[in-house]
Amino acid sequence: MSEIKEIMFNSDRLATDEYLVNMGPQHPSTHGVLRMLVKLEGEKVLNIQPHIGYIHSGIEKMCEAISYPQIIHLTDRMDYLSAHMNNEAVALCVENALQVEVPERVKYIRTIMDELARLASHQLWWCVMGMDLGALTTFFYGLRDREMILDIFEETCGARLTVNYNLPGGVMFDIHPNFQKRVKDFITYFRKKLPEYDQLLTGNVIFRERTEGIGHLSLADAIAYGVTGPSGRASGFSNDLRKHQPYSAYPLVKFNEILDHRCDTLARYEVRMKEMHESLSIIEQLIDNIPEGDYAVKMKSVIKLPEGEFYQRVETARGEFGVYIVSDGKKNPYRVKFRSPGFSNLFALNNMAKGHKIADLVAIMSTLDLVIPDIDR
Amino acid sequence: MKSFIEYIVSIFKGLWTLLIGMKVTGKYFFTPWKNVTQQYPENREKLVMFERFRGEVIMLHNENNEHSCNGCGICEINCPNGSIEIISKSILTADGKKKRIIDQHIYHLGMCTLCNLCVKACPSGALAMGQNFEHAVWDRSLLTKVLNQEGSTIAENVKEE
Amino acid sequence: MGFNFYDFTALTHNIHVGLVEGFSPFMATTLEWVIVGTAYLLFVALFGLLLVYAERKVCAAFQQRLGPMRVGYWGLLQTIADFIKLLMKELIMPRKADRFLYNLAPFIVIIASFLAIAVIPFAPGLQSLDFDIGLFYLTSVSSVGVIGILLAGWSSNNKYSLIGAMRSGAQILSYELSVSLSLLTMIVFAGSMQFSTIVEGQRDGWYLFTGHIPSLVAFIVFLIAGTAETNRGPFDLAEAESELTAGFHTEYSGIKFAFFFLAEYINLFIISAVAATVFLGGWMPLHFGHLEAFNHAMDVIPPLVWFFLKVFGVIFIIMWFKWTFPRLRVDQILTLEWKYLLPINLINILLMAFIVLTKFHF
Ligand code: SF4
Ligand code: SF4
Repeated sequence: MSEIKEIMFNSDRLATDEYLVNMGPQHPSTHGVLRMLVKLEGEKVLNIQPHIGYIHSGIEKMCEAISYPQIIHLTDRMDYLSAHMNNEAVALCVENALQVEVPERVKYIRTIMDELARLASHQLWWCVMGMDLGALTTFFYGLRDREMILDIFEETCGARLTVNYNLPGGVMFDIHPNFQKRVKDFITYFRKKLPEYDQLLTGNVIFRERTEGIGHLSLADAIAYGVTGPSGRASGFSNDLRKHQPYSAYPLVKFNEILDHRCDTLARYEVRMKEMHESLSIIEQLIDNIPEGDYAVKMKSVIKLPEGEFYQRVETARGEFGVYIVSDGKKNPYRVKFRSPGFSNLFALNNMAKGHKIADLVAIMSTLDLVIPDIDR
Repeated sequence: MKSFIEYIVSIFKGLWTLLIGMKVTGKYFFTPWKNVTQQYPENREKLVMFERFRGEVIMLHNENNEHSCNGCGICEINCPNGSIEIISKSILTADGKKKRIIDQHIYHLGMCTLCNLCVKACPSGALAMGQNFEHAVWDRSLLTKVLNQEGSTIAENVKEE
Repeated sequence: MGFNFYDFTALTHNIHVGLVEGFSPFMATTLEWVIVGTAYLLFVALFGLLLVYAERKVCAAFQQRLGPMRVGYWGLLQTIADFIKLLMKELIMPRKADRFLYNLAPFIVIIASFLAIAVIPFAPGLQSLDFDIGLFYLTSVSSVGVIGILLAGWSSNNKYSLIGAMRSGAQILSYELSVSLSLLTMIVFAGSMQFSTIVEGQRDGWYLFTGHIPSLVAFIVFLIAGTAETNRGPFDLAEAESELTAGFHTEYSGIKFAFFFLAEYINLFIISAVAATVFLGGWMPLHFGHLEAFNHAMDVIPPLVWFFLKVFGVIFIIMWFKWTFPRLRVDQILTLEWKYLLPINLINILLMAFIVLTKFHF
């Protein structure tokens, strides 16, 4: 604040060419309540200072007061687009701590759900990316296709966004009888629609001009900032936990980790586009071979973790999501810390957007795929 | 000269990609019957929610106005945000013993996050998720509901607490 | 006095004669002004509302939606309801805004649009200004609007507004060049700047067809530059929603905002009307050289209908642009103009001059 005041009311500084603009907390392109103090010179971005915390919901603190199954349902509300993966991370963490082995069927279901959630998240990212660049129609096409995934979720899990489908030891319900058919329908449908995405946006000359060579994030910087997920992989940072630390059914499927060494906005865009293809193929490999069995192991009605510290990380649609639980042997944790990908990714923004135009800042922010509650927790 | 040719080629290539994009949107423009809009209040009759859809917590009652809640309070413990309050009362059974049964199963829809944990936890299967999603009311207090219906009794076969 | 739907010359002439005979010369002129002014006002207001409605429906169709459906049959009254809502909104004046300029800006923008609309020939006899420098007049008055935008951005005392206004200033000034040059190409071809002559010249075929490749190129350039001049997507940098919230009219509300909004749509109409008149023959029916029967069949459709059909065709294409393409960046907009459109235009004029000199046209 003091900086703004100084600039607003100090006429000496008013005379310089630099000025500050508050982007947010209510701004169309921040996709939530993120505030950025942007120092500009004309249209050129000199410095970005993200201010977070506008929707801090205290989830980590709340977790200390509730039991482990209840924690899972709170993680839905952090990165709501990767709700499944967040749920799974906590469930896996608790299972590992208790050394419970879940049935094969659960692993398959979880993996399919993960990939569906990743697809849905990338679809939403795609439409928002288009909208940020001014192509408003993409928004509706992306949402149209996402609707099918949400229907699948709704039919099996009972909710569309905050699914709360995982439990320690398994999943909440068995998959719906229609599940496999719906997923297969979706795959055939979406395989047809994906080229349309490319025609509408990827190939478009304006889009390529807007993204190529913009927002360079070198490999060293990506590692230094801890930029994970597709954003990091576009800088050549091989960090796909599904490959490096496979969990659930990921060891059983064949897929490629998409890496790109161009480090720019277009690379980040294309990594995500290719990941959608990979996700489709992962689901295809699993959907027909879901083994029979239980959908959950019977857990004690009150789950108590042994004393100690437990960590589990999963790959969400945005990057590495980690759950760190410190337990003192009671039914609720002593302390919970979430390592959310959005938080680390956001702070690479300054490095990437410096020297570019305001419009590029919006594009770069779009390819970071920020979800603000994920940052604020 | 080479760069000049590149310049010309880039113009046509650029125009071509633009035309491809226009083809996609144009295709949808001229096939308006593929529109995906659902006109919500109008399609109320046809709108069927999935059976697992979590709209609100309800208590199942059979045709004799009997439910199977024995007032054990497990759902209350399992609710992460205190949306359930169990108020029980003591009655004298026919054979003269004292027994605690449910008086009011109070459910705060306004606080509920529809996580399904209570339904999952209930040992006697008394709770379920309803598909109604039109919860808007004028007064917040209307969101606090009593789930066991007026005059309902506990079903015969429910095991005691 | 008979009402001729094919030629309004008699009608307008009769009104004029009636006025002159019935009143003193001063009164007659005043009354005529009032009548013409009211007619244009009504037309602009109604057509603006219609265009807003059309835009919403067209964009909905592109996006596989239905668009407004609730107010009136298929949402026909939606824009009217919106307009009433805007009328009732509070007029907000930002603190430290330059009051006078802030209030003046919307009027400048809308007056510029009104000035330009005066020369558009809707149908034979339905044009209020028809003089020999019609096109020249049009290009000059339509660029007055940018002053309004600049003022709006400056006086709002808002950084977003200012950035938007500066962008729009740079953009409109550059694209003015392309619009004028592509029109110049057609002026070379038509040999006149007068709208009536231009329309008359297309009796046997629209300039778009008779002018070979140069006129086609000029048409495309005009469409691109025209879109840019109206500040519409993909050139809507001045009000780039995702970057500048609402650009130069961020701080405007209520009826003043409606003015900007309306002006944008009138400008869209003007650009389309000019494109329709200069390239597609204006109100002139579609004629092919010697196909007499076909030409007669086409003549049955009244000129007014022809005019609006063409205008809506062009408007549709411009809307198609907007709802398909991503937005350009400010430097790319200038690159497009100075590195691509301008050289193309200059070569195009040369080509056109060559064609006219060698009489290599139909
Ligand atoms: S659904 Fe979840 S939040 Fe709602 S009452 Fe049941 S346990 Fe509580
Ligand atoms: S609803 Fe179920 S869990 Fe809750 S008090 Fe009744 S029997 Fe117990």
